Amino acid sequence: MLEIKNLTKVYEGNVQALDNVSFNVQPGEFLAVIGLSGSGKSTLLRCINRLVEPTNGEIIWDGVDVTKADPDELRRIRRQIGMIFQNFNLVDRSKVLTNVLAGRLGYTNPAMSLVNRFSKNDVEMAYKQLDRVGIRDQANKRADELSGGQQQRVSIARAMMQNPKIILADEPVASLDPVLAHSIMQYLEKINKEDGVTIICSLHFLDLVHRYANRAIALNAGVLMFDGAPKEIDDIKFKEIYGKEAERVG
Amino acid sequence: MRCDLKKKSSFLKSLRTGLLIAISIIVFAYAFQVTGVNFETTRSEVRITQLTRVLRALAKPELVEYDTTEEEISTPFYLPCPDNGEIQEPEKNKNEAYIQTSVVCASPKETITVEGFNMPANIKGPINFLAASGVKRQLANFETNSEGYFIVDVVVPTRQPVAEAQYITATIRTTTGLPKWTGTAKATWEKIIETVFIALLATTIGTVASFPISFIAAKNLMKDSTSTPTSTALNIIGFPIGAYLGYIFSNWIMNLLYPFEKNVFITLIGLIFSGIVIYFSLKKGLPSEDIKKPTTSVKIQRFAFIFIAGVMAVLSIILFGEFARLAGKELENLLGPIGFIGYALFQIGDITLMIVPVLTAVSFGGVVISLFNNVGLSLQDNLNTNILKVINIVLSTIAGAILFALVMAVINWFYQFNDTKISLYYPVMIGGFAGFILAAIAKPKHPLPTGFIVYTITRTILNALRSIEPLVMAIIAVIWVGIGPFAGSLALALHTIAGLAKLYSEQVESIDEGPLEAIHATGANKLQTIVYAVIPQIIPPYISFTMYRWDINVRMSTIIGFVGGGGIGFLLQQNINLLSYRAASVQMLAIAVVVASMDYVSSKIRERIV
Repeated sequence: MLEIKNLTKVYEGNVQALDNVSFNVQPGEFLAVIGLSGSGKSTLLRCINRLVEPTNGEIIWDGVDVTKADPDELRRIRRQIGMIFQNFNLVDRSKVLTNVLAGRLGYTNPAMSLVNRFSKNDVEMAYKQLDRVGIRDQANKRADELSGGQQQRVSIARAMMQNPKIILADEPVASLDPVLAHSIMQYLEKINKEDGVTIICSLHFLDLVHRYANRAIALNAGVLMFDGAPKEIDDIKFKEIYGKEAERVG
Repeated sequence: MRCDLKKKSSFLKSLRTGLLIAISIIVFAYAFQVTGVNFETTRSEVRITQLTRVLRALAKPELVEYDTTEEEISTPFYLPCPDNGEIQEPEKNKNEAYIQTSVVCASPKETITVEGFNMPANIKGPINFLAASGVKRQLANFETNSEGYFIVDVVVPTRQPVAEAQYITATIRTTTGLPKWTGTAKATWEKIIETVFIALLATTIGTVASFPISFIAAKNLMKDSTSTPTSTALNIIGFPIGAYLGYIFSNWIMNLLYPFEKNVFITLIGLIFSGIVIYFSLKKGLPSEDIKKPTTSVKIQRFAFIFIAGVMAVLSIILFGEFARLAGKELENLLGPIGFIGYALFQIGDITLMIVPVLTAVSFGGVVISLFNNVGLSLQDNLNTNILKVINIVLSTIAGAILFALVMAVINWFYQFNDTKISLYYPVMIGGFAGFILAAIAKPKHPLPTGFIVYTITRTILNALRSIEPLVMAIIAVIWVGIGPFAGSLALALHTIAGLAKLYSEQVESIDEGPLEAIHATGANKLQTIVYAVIPQIIPPYISFTMYRWDINVRMSTIIGFVGGGGIGFLLQQNINLLSYRAASVQMLAIAVVVASMDYVSSKIRERIV
C-alpha cells in the first residue's frame, strides 16, 4: 500500500538526512523504525505525508506519487494518514474536544470549519474516539490540564478522527514513563489489530520493538541498515545499527 | 618574547581605554553646548519668583468654587477736612464688626491707618474708598487675625473736594452653600471623556485592522509560501485586471440598485432576500464534507454557486450600507436622547458604501489570482521545460511592464511629470526588459519565495508608518477631515495599526510550531491551520497587547489636541498659552487620573487573562 523508492532528503547546508531509502509497507503491518537520534527517523516519517519536502525519490501511496501531488491532492492524501508526535502537539489552550475534532479538518469544508462548526456526526465521532481511549469525561477540559499520558491519548483520538489507513507515530512514548509507554503502545496495538490500521512507529527501546512490532527497519545516518523481523536483530546487527560502542540496555 | 607581546597588548589596551574616555568626555562636552545647559539663569530672582508662582498655581487646580455673599462694613470719612473743623465722631456699635480710621478726615495722599474689630477670623478682603459719586476704588487688602482684628496703612486717594462724608469700606466675603464645579472642571470633564473615546475608537480600529496584517507580517507563516514563476507572472497580470473588473462591477450594481434604494423597507427586503440566496448557494457550493475527489463538472457547479454567492454578497453589502444610512437617519429622530445610535448606524452605512468598490476590486483580484494560479500550476505540470520557458518569458515581460507602469502611476500622482514618456513608456520598457531578463535567467520550474517577498514589503511599510509620529499624522488627518476628535482618532488608529501589527506578528513568530505541524498533518489547509493552531495560541498575548496599546493611545490622545486632533490637549494648550496655570492644572490632573486608572485596569485585565 505504501512504497518508498530511493527516498533522499538533503536539508539546507548540505545535511544528508536520508540517503536512498527504499522499502515497502504492507497493509495491516506494525512497522517499527529504529536508529540513533538524528539518524533520520523523524525525517522519514515526515516525508511520507510531506510535512518535509523530499529532495529526491518517490513515495507511492495507493498508486499515487505523493511527491508530485498538487495541494488539493495532498490534502486528500494527508487526511488518510494519521500522525502522532513525541510532544503530543496538542493546542494547549483549546478544549480536548476541539483538539480531537481538528483531526476532521481534512474532510470538513474549509469555510464551515473556520467558524468552528462541525457536523453532528463529527462531534459524535469525537466523543466515541475519546471513549475508546478512556478520557471521555475530560472532553471539556483544556488540553494543558491533562497529564502527559492523557495528552498522548487525545492525540491518538485526533489521529483516529481522520479514519486513517495508516498512522505515523514519531517516538510516541519517548517523553512518557515506562508504564504509560506500554499503555500508549497498547492503544496503538489495539488500533492496529481491531481496525486494521497500518502503523509506522519510530521507537528507541528495543524491548518495545520486540513486544509490539511485527517488522522493523533501521536507519543509521540516513541509510537503511536493516529490514526484517524484530527478532532477527542479533548482536552483530545491533552494532551495525547503533555503532560499535553501543551496548544493549533492554 | 611572549612577555613583550603581553606588555604591548596591555599597553595598547589601556591606550584604547584612555582614548575612549577622552572621546566620551568630548562628546558630552559638546552635548552641553548643543543643548545649552545653563543653570546660572535659574538662580536669578525673577526666574525663581516666576517658577514659584507657576508651581503654586499648578498645585491649586481650579476645581471647585463657592457662592459668596458680600457684606460691607463702612465708616464715614471726609476728604478733605471741612473748613469749620467740626466733624461728628461716628457712632459705633462695639458688639458688631466695625472699622475705624486713625483720623476721620485727611487731605489727598496722606497715609492713615484703618483698623477692623470683631470681624470674622482669618479672612482676606479689599478695603475700598467709596466716593460720593458712587465710584469705588480699592486702597488695600486686609487680612484678619484669629481674633478678627486687622490694621492696615492706606493712602488717601486724590479726589475732587466734597463737603459731605464719603466712606471707607471693608468688604467681608463669606462662602455659602456647597462647593460647585468650576467651568474649567466641567469643560475638562467633557474633554477627558472625548479623549478616552478617541483612544477607544483608535484602538478598536487598529486592532481589527492589524489582526489580519499580523499574519502576513509573520515570517514563520509566510516563508514556506512559494509560487512558480508562471503563477507569479500570471498573478501580477491577473490582479490589476480582476481589480479593475471588480471596480466596474460594483459601480454597475450600485447604479442598478439606485432606484430601489430610497425606501427602508425595500432595502431591508432586498437584504433578507440576498442573505437567503447567499446561504443556499454557499450550502450548495461548499458541501460540509467531501469524501471523494470531486469531478470536474462538480467543481464547475460549485464554482458557479460560489460565484452567485459572491455577487449576492456584493449586492447585500451595498444594500446593507443603504439600509443602515436610511434607518440610521430615521432612528436619529425617533430615539431622541439616544439618537446617537442612529447617527452611528448612518455613519457605518456610509463607511460601508465608501469601501464597497475597494472591497469588490480586491476580492475580484483575488478570484482572478486563484484562477490564474491553477492555470499556472497545470501549465507547469503539463508542458515540457522549453515550452514553459518561452511562456514564462512572455508572461513575465508583460507582468514586469504592468508592475512598473502601476508603480510609476503612483509616483506620477505625487510628482506630476506631465510626460507620457516618463510616466508610461519608459517604465513599461524597463519593466518588460527586467521581466524578460528574470524569466530568461530563472529555471522555469523553480519556485519563487513570494511569501517572503510579501512579508518583507509588509514589514517595510509597517516600519515606515510606525516611524511617523502620531502628531504628524494628526496634522494630515486634520487637513483631510477637519479639526476635531475624528481627526485624532484617524491618526491614532493608523499609528496603532503599525504598532500593533508588529507586536502581533512577533507574537505569531514565537508560537509553538508543534501544533501547526499536527494540524497540517490532518490535511487542513493554510487558513484552517491558522484558525485551529495559531489563533488559540496568540489570543492571550493579543489581548494583553491591545490593552497596552489602549493605554498608550489614552496618553497620546491627551496631546493630539495640540495640533487640532480633539481631546483634552486643546484645552491644555490653550490654558498654558493664556498663562492660566490653575486651569491647566485641572487638565493635567485629569490626564494623570485617567492614565493611572487605565494603567491599573489594564494590568488587572492582563493578569486575569494571561
